[in-house]
Amino acid sequence: MKSIDKSNSIRKGSAPPHTGSIAFKFVTYLCAALTIFALASIVIYIFVQGIPNFFFYDESGALHFKSSLFDLKYTTDNVSMFHAILNTVYMTALALLISVPLGVFGGIYLAEYAKPDSKLVKVVRVTSETLAGLPSIIYGLFGMLFFVNAIGWGFSLLAGAFTLAIMVLPVILRQTEESLLSVPRSYREGSLALGAGKLRTTMRIVLPVATPGILAAVLLSIGRIVGETAALIYTSGIVAKVCVSPLDSGRTLAVHLYQLQQEGLHLGEAFAVAVVLLIVVVIMNAVSSKAAKKLSSKG
Amino acid sequence: MNDSMLKEKGSVAAEAFHVESSQNVKFRISNMDLHYGTFHALKNINMEVPEQMVTAFIGPSGCGKSTLLKSLNRMNDLIPECKITGEILLDGQNIYDPSTDVNLLRKRVGMVFQKPNPFPMSIYDNIAYGPRTHGIRSRAKLDEIVEKSLTDAALFEEVKDDLNKSAMSISGGQQQRLCIARCLAVEPDVILMDEPTSALDPISTSRIEDLVLDLKKQYTIIIVTHNMQQATRISDITAFFLLGDMIEMAPTANLFANPKDRRTENYITGRFG
Repeated sequence: MKSIDKSNSIRKGSAPPHTGSIAFKFVTYLCAALTIFALASIVIYIFVQGIPNFFFYDESGALHFKSSLFDLKYTTDNVSMFHAILNTVYMTALALLISVPLGVFGGIYLAEYAKPDSKLVKVVRVTSETLAGLPSIIYGLFGMLFFVNAIGWGFSLLAGAFTLAIMVLPVILRQTEESLLSVPRSYREGSLALGAGKLRTTMRIVLPVATPGILAAVLLSIGRIVGETAALIYTSGIVAKVCVSPLDSGRTLAVHLYQLQQEGLHLGEAFAVAVVLLIVVVIMNAVSSKAAKKLSSKG
Repeated sequence: MNDSMLKEKGSVAAEAFHVESSQNVKFRISNMDLHYGTFHALKNINMEVPEQMVTAFIGPSGCGKSTLLKSLNRMNDLIPECKITGEILLDGQNIYDPSTDVNLLRKRVGMVFQKPNPFPMSIYDNIAYGPRTHGIRSRAKLDEIVEKSLTDAALFEEVKDDLNKSAMSISGGQQQRLCIARCLAVEPDVILMDEPTSALDPISTSRIEDLVLDLKKQYTIIIVTHNMQQATRISDITAFFLLGDMIEMAPTANLFANPKDRRTENYITGRFG
């Protein structure tokens, strides 16, 4: 250690600079900047590559919106993505409809009703942590063997939705459990001491406090569902049409994107799909966070 | 804490305290033992708690006073390894009888906690939560209960224009009075207070103490406190606990002026604790 300045000055510059702390600050800035740069350049690249494909010039040189991209029916000429947008919404809704109730009520059981550190709780924890790290193609393989073949739903939205539901279930289950466990004990005690039962305490006091955490898991799940391709190619198929019944086969936006890119004939349109995919994710996140805010303020 | 001081037996065996015949007994505890797993937390407790008085439980940390308090509304049920034997009678009914409805017991025996624990909702909804739990749905009735409870807890004037504001936004002292109001809203007979002022500043503390003196006209109050001055200021009866034993219970003035047991004397004169 260097000798301490005896002048007792508290003016700036009278002490030697803390090189360590300045360097650390610089590293944190740099990392934050690099992260933002990486994310921003992806978004900008997609927009720059994608947006021109929504427009075309006619013979006279006037700019027009290429509405054929959103035609009701897909043909190899118009390369419409309308069916894929609808299928994505349909798929997301179905998968969440299956996984959210299971995950949330399962999480409530683990956090509020199961004996803490019982064997069951431990087994569920280890299993769901393992499952959360499994590559999605394995879920796809399971979905194909079980839902498509064994149950006999064939390539269908339903088989895809169940497969994705299983894929996101561990995330929702564990996150729900964690969110509930982080609710202060004092809230539960306050409610029980007023003569409220366990059910009322859980539903009216604990769950609303945990909602933001559960919502974060749902948002993450939406992201995974909308972005999933591998698991869906083997379960929901790649048929390019709007699914009417849950047993119809159809492709979501991400699968559509993959197919266009793989065929190699419509790379521009593939980027247009990417733009729409981005916007769809943003809209779905906004809608579900609005919905959850409504839910939690009701309490 | 000095060991020899604790083991030293008082010159007089503590006489049992009995509620005067003119007074109703609210709680009668007989031969009660409480174990947390293998730890013997309360040893053969026998006591009578008089109605419409303030009874204080004092003693050093870990003496079992809070544990006993939580046994009176069965909040100890939440601790899986807690086992209780003996009898606790509330107006003659054993609260540990299998036929007891715990929710109705807790409606009659309210509780105020050490740290204010308002729910993260509006002031109005905090108060209305209890009555709603017990089936009151009418808005007019709820409005009336909210106003009355807040008035009785000496908080109404301060928050009457902010009933829809979040309960988390008011001060700690106000939050604690809100918790008292929330407890009053379900019309209990008894209010248990577990060191209700230990997280508060002196001014908030004195407001709560005034409130306790006011509330005892209608309610039986049992208060756990670390603060012996507080016990002398607000309680009628004081019970002193040490290492799971109830050492002495007497009218507060007697206990502090003329403790019968050496250990009580050592504690209240500040020799340990």
